[in-house]
Amino acid sequence: MVEVQVLREVVSSESPRDDLIRRERFPHIWCPGCGLGTVLKCYVEAIASSDIPRDKHVIVSGIGCSGRMAGYVNIDSYHVTHGRPIAFAEGMKIVRPDLEVTVISGDGDLVTIGGNHFIHAIRRNVDINVFLVNNFIYGMTGNQYGSTTPLGARSSTSPYGCPEYPFNLPLLAAALGAPFVARWTTLHVRQLAEAMKKAMKVKGFAFIEIISPCPVGFGSYNEMREGMDFIKFFLENCIVDHNADLNKVAISMRPGDPIILGNFVEREAPTYHDLEREVFRKAGWLK
Amino acid sequence: MSLVKQIRMVALTGNEAIAYAVKQANVDVIAAYPITPQTIIVERLSKYVADGELEAAFIQAESEHSALSICIGAALTGARTFTSTASQGLALMHEVLHIASSMRAPIVMAVANRALNSPLNIHCDHSDIMNARDTGWIHLFANNVQQAYDLTLIAFRLSEDLDVLLPTSINLDGFILTHSVEPVEVLPDEDVRNFLGENRYPYEIDFNKPLAYGVMALPDTYMEFRKQLYEVLKSAPRIYDEIAEEYAKISGRRYGKLLPYFTEDAEVIVIALGSSVETLKYVAKRLRREGLKAGVLGITMYRPFPEEELVEILSKAKVVVVMDRAYSYGGVGGPLYTDVLSTLYKNDLKITIADFIYGLGGRDFKISDAEEIFKKAFRALEKGSFDQDIYWWGVKE
Repeated sequence: MVEVQVLREVVSSESPRDDLIRRERFPHIWCPGCGLGTVLKCYVEAIASSDIPRDKHVIVSGIGCSGRMAGYVNIDSYHVTHGRPIAFAEGMKIVRPDLEVTVISGDGDLVTIGGNHFIHAIRRNVDINVFLVNNFIYGMTGNQYGSTTPLGARSSTSPYGCPEYPFNLPLLAAALGAPFVARWTTLHVRQLAEAMKKAMKVKGFAFIEIISPCPVGFGSYNEMREGMDFIKFFLENCIVDHNADLNKVAISMRPGDPIILGNFVEREAPTYHDLEREVFRKAGWLK
Repeated sequence: MSLVKQIRMVALTGNEAIAYAVKQANVDVIAAYPITPQTIIVERLSKYVADGELEAAFIQAESEHSALSICIGAALTGARTFTSTASQGLALMHEVLHIASSMRAPIVMAVANRALNSPLNIHCDHSDIMNARDTGWIHLFANNVQQAYDLTLIAFRLSEDLDVLLPTSINLDGFILTHSVEPVEVLPDEDVRNFLGENRYPYEIDFNKPLAYGVMALPDTYMEFRKQLYEVLKSAPRIYDEIAEEYAKISGRRYGKLLPYFTEDAEVIVIALGSSVETLKYVAKRLRREGLKAGVLGITMYRPFPEEELVEILSKAKVVVVMDRAYSYGGVGGPLYTDVLSTLYKNDLKITIADFIYGLGGRDFKISDAEEIFKKAFRALEKGSFDQDIYWWGVKE
């Protein structure tokens, strides 16, 4: 009897974070086994447990599966042009430094078509959070390879394997001076939510690469057709090493090649806002 | 030689038909970035390349801006070059569209016509290509999948003609044509090879005759470059006619710059671009059975605009309806309407005319819509005028 009651509670249609989710827009568009639901859950958890008032949080998304994220969170949300959420977020943060601006979008959006904004916003150290959901492929448009697709992985435009090297994103972000760089998978729900919370506290560009299952897209071309195939893969191949040598954290998605996770970089660096103030002080008109 | 010519019919979507034509054209370089609803064109081509059926370089660029830039670089070395895009992708290319035409790069590009943001929409309208209307490209429109196939082949020949050397866009309605399966009569590879020949781009890289491209041209020389673009677009229609005639000989399908349907004695002529032309033709045929003098005018070549032919056909009509699947916001009407209006004025033709803005963001254009629009036009014929000049057709009020 007791067990049945517990089960009923589990399948309840209510969520403890209903206040932060736009339930009227559900069911969401994501495929079975997709990791984006977990990312959404972690993000609303992080908002709820952050010390920042809810009305100071804004979310910006680009185009693609991850781009739908902004539409499901019940805070001020912006769904912008393909590749441009970081540029858009910079504009917001520069005018309203009091806002906690978070970009959640995909790999194709943020580092392929939008790659230039990614590198320059980090170089400038704009105080925004960028949570990049990496599923190794352009899911929404039909599973073409992109700048994160592992070398040799199959896709609709690389039927015999991708001929390009993928980005090593933590290395790139760290090399550009990002004060916070982390990588987690959607299997590591607690660590991911904690990292998001940390990112919100960071002064400057906070970057989390979230490795996320895509069984219907990437998986269907690479013998991982179920969401559980990815979860098992993560279980078997992930190693947490906060002090990892970032030169060696590129992802191959080959069994046996580890996916290194962790909060790799946590440091302080003056933000664009700070540096701009300093220049104005030097100019003599800002006290 | 056998007198019976074998005809090969295959069931293809618009996207597949274009990919097949591009493969038969034996292109050297394909560079593109994924965007709905053209993705399947590039997917098919990437497979042809991967399977060794097409010996070409396939590059998946990091954006449409890069894709077209790659195409220009490739085309200027003498490579036969293809790309395809839609909507925001075409908008992102905008800067490079001008460079392609003014560097006279003979690129062929398929555009799966789709609405522009915001709000986000992936369905058909012509806002994307109308935004690129004045970029110096040749713009061709397909009404059905067969035309998408045929016009792609014609486009390579036209772009690479030594008296043209301009990029050409083949427009096909997003989803309506890109994803619809139709029986398509494809040419034998050999016929395509003979029709297109080798790319004879005359300015291949040559150390003995070095050239400079895209250099700075100040007020004393710039205008002469632009005049050249104006001149070549003036002469392109004549060359198109010759090529289309030659294509008709090998395929049996003749594509004028305009595709008139029952226009000869028509009192009412409806002008349109893209797949709606087929719907309008279907309705016009029905109206003819009822004794109404209805006609339809499809436009195959939208740029350069076929002024002379248009005047010839419209001069006998009493009422003209222009169907615009895009709008020139803040302007005097839709883009096609303003083109037709100016042409009529230039030629002293005073005809009762109205603009119908329809099908934006993929709103269906049904047989019943075409019927009602014809009905309105025939009422205008009786009354001598429309009750307004611009109708936003099918908008929920």
